[in-house]
Amino acid sequence: MLRLETLAKRYKTGDHALKGVSFTVEKGQVVGLIGPSGAGKSTLIRCINRLVEPTGGRIYLNDVDLAGLSGGDLRRARRRIGMIFQEFALVERLTVMENVLSGRLGYVPFWRSLLRRFPQPDVDKAFALLDRVGLAEQADKRADELSGGQRQRVGIARALEQDPELLLVDEPTASLDPKTSRQIMRLIMEICRERQLPAVINIHDVMLAKMFVDRIIGLTAGEVVFDGAPTLLDDAVLTRIYGEEDWTAMQASAAEDAADAAATYGTQPTAEKVPVERMAGLA
Amino acid sequence: MASVPTAGPTAGRRWRRPPVLIKDRNTRWLVYGGLLIYLILAVSTVEVDWQRVAEGLERGLRFINGFLQPDFTSRWTDIQRGLIESLTMTLTSTVVGVLLSIPIGIGAARNIAPPWIYYICRSIIAISRTFQEVIIAIFFVVMVGFGPFAGFLTLSFATIGFLGKLLAEDIEDIDEAQAEAIRATGASFMQLINYGIQPQVMPRLIGLSLYRLDINFRESAVIGIVGAGGIGGTLDVAISRYEYDSAGAVLLIIIGIVMLAEYSSSYVRRWVQ
Amino acid sequence: MPVSTTADGRKIWQRRTTATQWAIWAGWFAFVVLLVWCWELMTETTIWAFVSDAPQQIADLGSRMFPPRWSYIDQLVWPLLDTINIASLGTLLGVAIAVPIAFLAARNTSPSVLVLRPVALFIIVASRSINSLIWALLLVSIIGPGLLAGIIAIALRSIGFVGKLLYEAIEEIDERQVEAVRATGATGLQVVDYGIVPQVLPAFFGISVFRWDINIRESTILGLVGAGGIGLQLQSSLNTLAWPQVTLILLLILGTVVVSEWVSAKVRHAVI
Repeated sequence: MLRLETLAKRYKTGDHALKGVSFTVEKGQVVGLIGPSGAGKSTLIRCINRLVEPTGGRIYLNDVDLAGLSGGDLRRARRRIGMIFQEFALVERLTVMENVLSGRLGYVPFWRSLLRRFPQPDVDKAFALLDRVGLAEQADKRADELSGGQRQRVGIARALEQDPELLLVDEPTASLDPKTSRQIMRLIMEICRERQLPAVINIHDVMLAKMFVDRIIGLTAGEVVFDGAPTLLDDAVLTRIYGEEDWTAMQASAAEDAADAAATYGTQPTAEKVPVERMAGLA
Repeated sequence: MASVPTAGPTAGRRWRRPPVLIKDRNTRWLVYGGLLIYLILAVSTVEVDWQRVAEGLERGLRFINGFLQPDFTSRWTDIQRGLIESLTMTLTSTVVGVLLSIPIGIGAARNIAPPWIYYICRSIIAISRTFQEVIIAIFFVVMVGFGPFAGFLTLSFATIGFLGKLLAEDIEDIDEAQAEAIRATGASFMQLINYGIQPQVMPRLIGLSLYRLDINFRESAVIGIVGAGGIGGTLDVAISRYEYDSAGAVLLIIIGIVMLAEYSSSYVRRWVQ
Repeated sequence: MPVSTTADGRKIWQRRTTATQWAIWAGWFAFVVLLVWCWELMTETTIWAFVSDAPQQIADLGSRMFPPRWSYIDQLVWPLLDTINIASLGTLLGVAIAVPIAFLAARNTSPSVLVLRPVALFIIVASRSINSLIWALLLVSIIGPGLLAGIIAIALRSIGFVGKLLYEAIEEIDERQVEAVRATGATGLQVVDYGIVPQVLPAFFGISVFRWDINIRESTILGLVGAGGIGLQLQSSLNTLAWPQVTLILLLILGTVVVSEWVSAKVRHAVI
């Protein structure tokens, strides 16, 4: 369970990226974080595992305050948090398998990781995860030989290899095309359900968020302006979050995406069709 | 924590890291084995007179002392003369070398030079690059006598080889489309060079010339050992007389000038761009 | 590329404004003055009689140098091997020391930006500024003539070269890959092993082999000051004015450099 209490981040330039954000995420709940660029979504995600240092507030992960940890304690806390990145952030020159196993770095001593002699249970878990995300054949391929969607799936496997208690996801679909985006979101949601894993997903595509997550938090200028079910997200709320101009522009481009997707993939007799129509209906 | 099952088709499957450098197993053993054997043999040929080394350590300490407490004054006239020789050699040889390397570099570019010019220019560049500046300096000293003029000739020749090769490679690598476009307007050979080739090649040429200036200064500090002028001669004399404090002074001056050149080169580069 | 208007209202294009043009001319003028002054200083002591004598000297030298004394080669094989060993062992030693120094010098991996980084940078500059022949001169004076002096001289020079290029490569890595590894809870060393090393490994090999190639050339002359290798034969041949032997030595050096350059190009190609 994740609990944020008045989390704040103020840069040396005076920029208040986060102004007292508080919310709680229960076990198994998936939260979608939406908001305009510069609202602080990425900063918020990175403050939770201290990749960015918060300047105020507390972060409780199952009653341990992450904000006060340092050194070995911080590393031990980080290994309990899995993170999935926007541009995949895989180590390009290492193989898929090495990237997935690097999720266990927080658990193995240096010499083991150096010689790549991970404990067998970790290796078993890695193979099983690669199966789960559909990349069993690619285990020994170099990461830079994969497509965008495949790389993101390796990123997911790496995060899960940690056996995390919390999943942080930073714009997982920003670098992917619409169809792959939906596949990735579906995969993430299924996995969170299977493992009852709480997750905070920073997502720029509001349609995608509404389609998949349980709960939406809207962030504007470092403050929470909406917190509730996706169904409560109407035009008025969205205008409040994004501002009038931006929201109309987003609607227009979402309609364009839907039309493109329908034209390119539209005739597939799979469940893909429903979201496409639903998106067209929303716009 | 509901993890993925550890029993089933994937359990117990072994994984080893695939080879990073050499994929083929046999080649790998051959290469690594060969290198190891070579290493052992090479080390065994190094005969060290450990007693001499032990005795030398005392002298080494004296050198370190000399480096930390350098003596600029007792040999100042020699140092000054050597320094002036080095600096003047550096500037003049770099300028002349750059100027000469342009025609030779153009002549060594396969895509714009006729074959016989190409071979001559490539040979000049090869000779210049193969032999260390000191060897070339020896020959120039024989030809024109001791002193910085020989050093000037040496460094100019070395610059021609260095810049000429890189220039030729750059010209051979240019975007053919741009050159073709200029040629299509009916431009002459010189105009082709000026509008088609120069803009693509010039920025790097300037950067490399500044780099060569740095290298030439460092070389100018060495060729004095064989009599081609510069601060190397002063250094040689100081070391052979075990005057480590003077030697330390010379070394510090060299390091200082190189550091200065490094800092200012980034400014000069930005200013030229 | 300034556009301006002349007195009678026409628009003209000049490559530069008049003011800038004058400044550039003034700059070039000053440069040429500097150049001429340097030339005068440099050639103060030049005996022009010797210089005009040069073509005759070249012809004379040429006749003495050819044909090369092929029989001399049996005295050159061992020194040539020594030269290659000096270069190889020296490069190995230099690279081994350069790696930790490069990590200390790179802004993103240096443990202490205020103290250790400047020290590492100074070591790199000091090593770079001093040619291996000078190092050899010093070392022969301190620990005596022989291969060891040559090996250490090569190593000391290589530290600067390899260290500089390596730390620049380390500073240019993709930090996002490193961030992801850090987010798993990895220790500093693990972050280096998984996040940084894979990114700089190709550059590292390329730089090391490149330096080995250059070191072969530099090792050939270390013998001139007594630090072993084929330079010793060169020195003795020059002292006795045995020019046909000198020619043979030069030919051998040429052959060796051709081979080493081929090897270096091959390895650097394969590592990309």
